[in-house]
Amino acid sequence: MMKLGIPKEIFLDERRVAATPASVQKLIKLGYEVVVQSGAGDPAHYDDDAYRAAGATISMDAPSLWGQSDFILKVRAPMMHPDLGRHEVDLMKEGAHIVSYIWPAQSPELLAQLAAKKATVFAIDSLPRISRAQKMDALSAMANIAGYRAVIEAANHFGRFFTGQVTAAGKVPPAKVMVIGAGVAGLAAVGTANSMGAIVRAFDTRLEVKEQVESMGAEFLELDFADEDGGGGGGYAKQMSDEFIAAEMALFAEQAKEVDIIITTALIPGRPAPKLITAAMVQSMKPGSVVVDLASERGGNCELTVPGKVAVDHDVTLIGYTDLPSRMAKVSSDLYSSNLVHLLSDLTPEKDGQLQVDMDDTVIRGLTVVKDSEITWPPPKVEVSAAPPPSTEEPLPAAEAPEESLFKKWLGKGSLLAVTVLALLGIGGYAPESFLSHFTVFVLACFIGWQVVWNVTASLHTPLMSVTNAISGIIVIGAILHLVQAGNAAVGIMSFVAVLIATINITGGFKVTHRMLNMFRK
Amino acid sequence: MGAGFVSVAYVVASILFILSLGGLSHQESARRGNFYGIAGIIIAVCATIAGVSMGVGGIVSIVIAILIGASVGMFLANRVEMTQMPQLVALLHSFVGLAAVFVGFAGYLDPLVMTHGAEHTIKLVEVFLGIFIGAITFTGSLIACGKLDGRISSSALTLPGRHIMNLVALGCTLLLGAWFLGADSVAGGMFPLIVMTVIAGILGVHLILAIGGADMPVVVSMLNSYSGWAAASIGFMLGNDLLIVTGALVGSSGAILSYIMCRAMNRSFMSVILGGFGQTTSSAASEVDSDLTVQECSTDDLCEELNMAESVIIVPGYGMAVAQAQNAVGEITKLLRDRGVKVRFGIHPVAGRLPGHMNVLLAEAKVPYDIVLEMDELNDDFPTTDVVLVIGANDTVNPAAMDDPTSPIAGMPVMEVWKSSLVVVFKRGMASGYAGVQNPLFFKENTRMLFGDAKDSVDKLLGGLRG
Repeated sequence: MMKLGIPKEIFLDERRVAATPASVQKLIKLGYEVVVQSGAGDPAHYDDDAYRAAGATISMDAPSLWGQSDFILKVRAPMMHPDLGRHEVDLMKEGAHIVSYIWPAQSPELLAQLAAKKATVFAIDSLPRISRAQKMDALSAMANIAGYRAVIEAANHFGRFFTGQVTAAGKVPPAKVMVIGAGVAGLAAVGTANSMGAIVRAFDTRLEVKEQVESMGAEFLELDFADEDGGGGGGYAKQMSDEFIAAEMALFAEQAKEVDIIITTALIPGRPAPKLITAAMVQSMKPGSVVVDLASERGGNCELTVPGKVAVDHDVTLIGYTDLPSRMAKVSSDLYSSNLVHLLSDLTPEKDGQLQVDMDDTVIRGLTVVKDSEITWPPPKVEVSAAPPPSTEEPLPAAEAPEESLFKKWLGKGSLLAVTVLALLGIGGYAPESFLSHFTVFVLACFIGWQVVWNVTASLHTPLMSVTNAISGIIVIGAILHLVQAGNAAVGIMSFVAVLIATINITGGFKVTHRMLNMFRK
Repeated sequence: MGAGFVSVAYVVASILFILSLGGLSHQESARRGNFYGIAGIIIAVCATIAGVSMGVGGIVSIVIAILIGASVGMFLANRVEMTQMPQLVALLHSFVGLAAVFVGFAGYLDPLVMTHGAEHTIKLVEVFLGIFIGAITFTGSLIACGKLDGRISSSALTLPGRHIMNLVALGCTLLLGAWFLGADSVAGGMFPLIVMTVIAGILGVHLILAIGGADMPVVVSMLNSYSGWAAASIGFMLGNDLLIVTGALVGSSGAILSYIMCRAMNRSFMSVILGGFGQTTSSAASEVDSDLTVQECSTDDLCEELNMAESVIIVPGYGMAVAQAQNAVGEITKLLRDRGVKVRFGIHPVAGRLPGHMNVLLAEAKVPYDIVLEMDELNDDFPTTDVVLVIGANDTVNPAAMDDPTSPIAGMPVMEVWKSSLVVVFKRGMASGYAGVQNPLFFKENTRMLFGDAKDSVDKLLGGLRG
């Protein structure tokens, strides 16, 4: 039976764990055996006994755990073990599997090391962002936590309420928060800050997220750039042009003077974080303001943040924590471990503890960065975006149709006009006087009807129909005229029936209208 | 009484009819409008009877006919359920059509005024046209009534070559018309007239059979229009201005309603009339990712959401009428409003089977009309709404109409319910709507499905909210 190993995280201050007792139970149901390193869950408040109760075996130290596991489930990428002085990859069994954050673009050496071990490596951070894969999207799950925590940290260092209050002691203005980058973390920050009562503004280069930002209760800051959209495929942002960046920086400089808290979450895949908040902007902020830089692990969006630390500069608190999800170890472990359970259950379709790595599956293909000594990163590109991309390739039917229909419309209108003119000429030229007077009445009545009926409110359309129905029973007077002057039996009977049914129409129509109108009440 | 008095009475009646339609432009004046209409008819009928000299037999037969007709009419109108309004309206249209056919024949066999030359020809054309429109209205309305009542399958009947068949029928009608005009005696003209009536009847049946259930608002208002035109052409035949005016009013009213309905579905009038929608386009229905899943919720969950909501919009559709859920919906509305929740209704123009159908049902359920709003009035408010309840509506809330240019309903204005915080869809199962289009709304993150019969679900919800 395949053994899943859960090592203790060794990265400094990492409190998360890749499996919780609840997720261990699910993994066992998939047919696996689970080994947990003693103390792995302690920082997240899951002790060894809880894992034992869930059915896992406890392994006392790292080398024995790594040595016996066929599949390692982990949070941080494998790294040099500080206590043992050996790299985690070296502890690994030859040909084993591993899932964790890998950051394949930034860590080619690690990939090479793993490939040399003939390992199969799933980089949870390389998951294609398609709807089917959302259940395993650890980046989003963690980003959500980070966004929430960023606001909590900011509130902790901010000397005022978020919400505006009028108290007996005086009025307190609400805090103004600017969020840069409206990805999952940014949106979570927007939502959290908004629910705490702050005035929230958000900026993103991807115009497609405007609606999402507004739905979370923030104002979307927009630049006057008509055709540049920062959607870079796969739901991520891309690098923008120089003019755009200049305009963007001007906007931030202006906002920095006004807002109390800036939360930056801007990342571009495979590149260092863009520098968006300059030292000058920090200096221009009000004393006591807070900047939270969620990108600090990748270099930071703010020039002055110190990764992993809280710094104070120009009387502005700069929070550069790189471990925000880890600071909420319990919930982040719960979510991460359940992401991994979803991944494992996709990899084990038969629930029999037999791993099947299907490289034709877009999701699995995207995740797998090393397989059979071969580095399989980067995967072929998958197109996803929050909004449908402007299609440049398929202008076919849509573009031609309007032109054609416009032509048809003109043709239709023209021929209608011609027919009407001819008909009127014909009538005027040949019809006798008596017909023309009736015709005049008819045309005028049509126009009056047209004018009157347009004013009828939509809610009264049913009563309108039943009233018009009733009054079209006016045909009864024609029938009456025929009935009283009937020259023979056939005409008499026909007129009699006509009077009868037209009367049904009149009384029925008016009565039912009356009933309906009586129901309408304010 | 002299002819002058009759003419004056007719003018008064015409004005009363115009006022009657004008009165319907506001809820406050609508009842007055109805009384104007009744007064107009009574004046017209009395003036007509008074204006002609007649024997006792004539009076007796008129009184008998009117008494029978009036009692049948009152009986029908009192018995009808509000959900059955579409059937009743369609049935009443058929009566006008039939009456037009009879009066047309009577007018041909036994003309009230003798005419000669061009006048005679014109009169014959009017007779022919009046009977033709009347016959189509008659049979078409009967079919529409049957479809609305569920006696006839409401799906569109698409015979192969149906457009050709309709064209052939029209061609025959024209030929018969020529024959009819050329006939030198009344007896000689009867044959083409009768054959034409039969053909027009069949044409009416076939035309309406080819139109599916959800296009019925257009069909019913179109037949409404036809019944007006039939009355107008009979008016021409009789040289009676009151009939002409009334027919023209009714005709244009129906035409406007049809136009409004077509615009609400973003379809041309012709495409609705020619029918077959839903069958021909379903193959092009857009695919939804097979891996998308819907999220269900229970009535308990929904109760909780409603208890916390500050603003609720209810979007009813034909499904609510089918399930007869309007009264329970009305109760829920009252309960929530008493608790200070802002409840509003959003009505899509083509919701239901008759223009304004939903408004009548909600009025029956004692929902105040000032919270029942039209799509355009409400669409901007969805983003600030906590909970939207979609009860028995499908295509009218389909985001594909806006997002997916390949969708068969692309461009149709829809209620943008998905912009609210939470959408709960009451639905029997995952079947697609009338247009045969999958609805991406059901797969949205903020959408919950509440499966089951709408009435049961709403009743349970009501119980939960009270408890």
